[in-house]
Amino acid sequence: MRLAEETFLTDDFVRQLSNVGEVDILVGLPTHNNAKTIGSIVKTIQSGILRWFPRERAVIINADGGSRDGTPELVTGISIDDVRRGSDLHALRTLHSISTKYAPSPASQAALRTILSAAELLQAKACIVMSPESCSVEGEWISRLLQPIRNDGFDLVTPTYRRHKFEGLLITNLLYPMIRALYGLRIREPYAHEFGFSGRLASEFLSQNSWDDGAGGSGIELRFTLAAIRAGHPICQSFLGQKDHVEQRGSDLVPALRETVGPLFSALEPDFQVWSAVAGSQPLPTIGPDHEVLLDPVRVNRKRLRAMFSAGVAELTTVFQSILSPPTLAGLQKVAQSGEDDFEYSAELWVKTVYEFATSYHKSVINRDHIIQALAPLFRGRVLAFLIEHRNGSAEDVENAIESLCLEFERLKPYLLQMWKSRE
Amino acid sequence: MREMIVSELSQAVQELAKGFAHYLPRLIVMLILAFAGWVVAYVVKAILRSILRLIKFDRLSENAGASQLLTKAALPSATEVVSRFVFWVVWFGFILIGVSVLGILGLQEQIGKFFFFLPRLFIALLILFFGLLAASFFSRAALLAAVNANVPSPRVLSLGVRSIIIVFVLSIVFEELGIAEETMLVAFGIGFGALMLGLAIAFGIGGRDLARRFLERRFVHPKKDENEDEFSPL
Repeated sequence: MRLAEETFLTDDFVRQLSNVGEVDILVGLPTHNNAKTIGSIVKTIQSGILRWFPRERAVIINADGGSRDGTPELVTGISIDDVRRGSDLHALRTLHSISTKYAPSPASQAALRTILSAAELLQAKACIVMSPESCSVEGEWISRLLQPIRNDGFDLVTPTYRRHKFEGLLITNLLYPMIRALYGLRIREPYAHEFGFSGRLASEFLSQNSWDDGAGGSGIELRFTLAAIRAGHPICQSFLGQKDHVEQRGSDLVPALRETVGPLFSALEPDFQVWSAVAGSQPLPTIGPDHEVLLDPVRVNRKRLRAMFSAGVAELTTVFQSILSPPTLAGLQKVAQSGEDDFEYSAELWVKTVYEFATSYHKSVINRDHIIQALAPLFRGRVLAFLIEHRNGSAEDVENAIESLCLEFERLKPYLLQMWKSRE
Repeated sequence: MREMIVSELSQAVQELAKGFAHYLPRLIVMLILAFAGWVVAYVVKAILRSILRLIKFDRLSENAGASQLLTKAALPSATEVVSRFVFWVVWFGFILIGVSVLGILGLQEQIGKFFFFLPRLFIALLILFFGLLAASFFSRAALLAAVNANVPSPRVLSLGVRSIIIVFVLSIVFEELGIAEETMLVAFGIGFGALMLGLAIAFGIGGRDLARRFLERRFVHPKKDENEDEFSPL
């Protein structure tokens, strides 16, 4: 272990890790005030390890960001006997649970760094990170994320979920198609809070990632995925089931854009040699279906979305003049003026918008965070168009639309390259 | 009588010629200095223009909102304006040095004052430029935050932020230049106070509903229809 990582971890945590010795499996749990859900998640993890990996040496590492609701105590307090009781599971090895406070306030970067450092120190062969917010975790998820690493030699396992057709639209309308077009890999969930990885990838990312880049560590999970793609590590997907969270964070669009689109746009700069040489895209080996769509009827406040999109286009014209080309801006203004019946934010216009934003981000035409914030109202417009188009759409219709959007991203990639190279 | 007139005239001509002969070398020195100054100013202008182009000063100026002001005033680009300004300042400085060589009484002091004033002028211009940059940054940040929070009249808010910063920056600039310091101080105090009072009254009267809605959102559970489109984007 390098000195930087040793000094990053607290003495007490290093001492606890030393007592554990080497492990085969490491489960990372980044938490912050998750007392409501953490108990059941830890029990599920323990039962998953007992059922699927009874002979492996395993440890649960809780990286806590200053919880005040007793979350760390809950993690370390749950005995393996509680899980064994009432089931036919038997542990052949000791299952350790260690909790450490990495900072007084939550920071996803520091949390992942703690988990990766622990994995390196314990020489873990296979690791997973679990979200502390999921209320639909099953023991089988442990197996589905770990088996491809333990048995099939993959270095990264990203999840796929059963989702509502209008859930995760930032992923389906931007992250997935753009990463697919640029890096050539069809990763359905590039920004996941549950994923598996090898000890090798953990060590590599730990040594190569710039941990003090001043970005505040937002979107570290996406940067982890992109690093694995960039280095050519074998990646696969594994279907977990329904994605469900205790708290829906729908209104936090700007932070979501900062966590995802920001790291993606900033990765394009150092990765130019990688993505500029890629043409087309390849599917990934997938265990189970690569997606499942729920079609429950939902009520959507389209008026509010429409108002926020139109107001955004009208009020931010001066900002968009710095970011977008005149034809794209004119196209957006036309969409903003159209009525609800003929409201259409086409795939081509959306892709050009995103690519021009990426180029402007690269050229730093204005402050980069302002560029990310300016994308929010336009994304709302795209969401509205998607909602209107697929209000009564079947799962197949929605999947076809996402696929055709992906192809549009791939088709217009030369447009991005041209702008990237030439735009002043 | 005639001889006297001729003698006085020749004496006057001689004195004039003597005086001219006395000033001629100084005049030549002044002209040489003016010419050398023009050359130096031209070289400085060319170098400065290249540096400003290299650091993309025009884009910086665009971000600061200075370019829009220049366009409205039918002036060339910010790089060109700064280069030309420096050219004239340098050349004018050389000309003044040349004039001081002539030894005209009373002018020396004024020239000294000019050179004493130059650093303050540059600092004031620097403050003005970075002030405009800050005003542009914070007004855009306010505009984006207001648009994304669905706050009514985001442009008014943004303009308010810009105006407050510009008023503040201008007061510092005038203080640095030493122009009507007391007047500026009083004017700033009155202007800033009036602005704050106006905002307080406007928020007090016009923002009652907004404050009520904010408090309701903060402390009362949101209505269902407000969260209808709250899908998780991730």
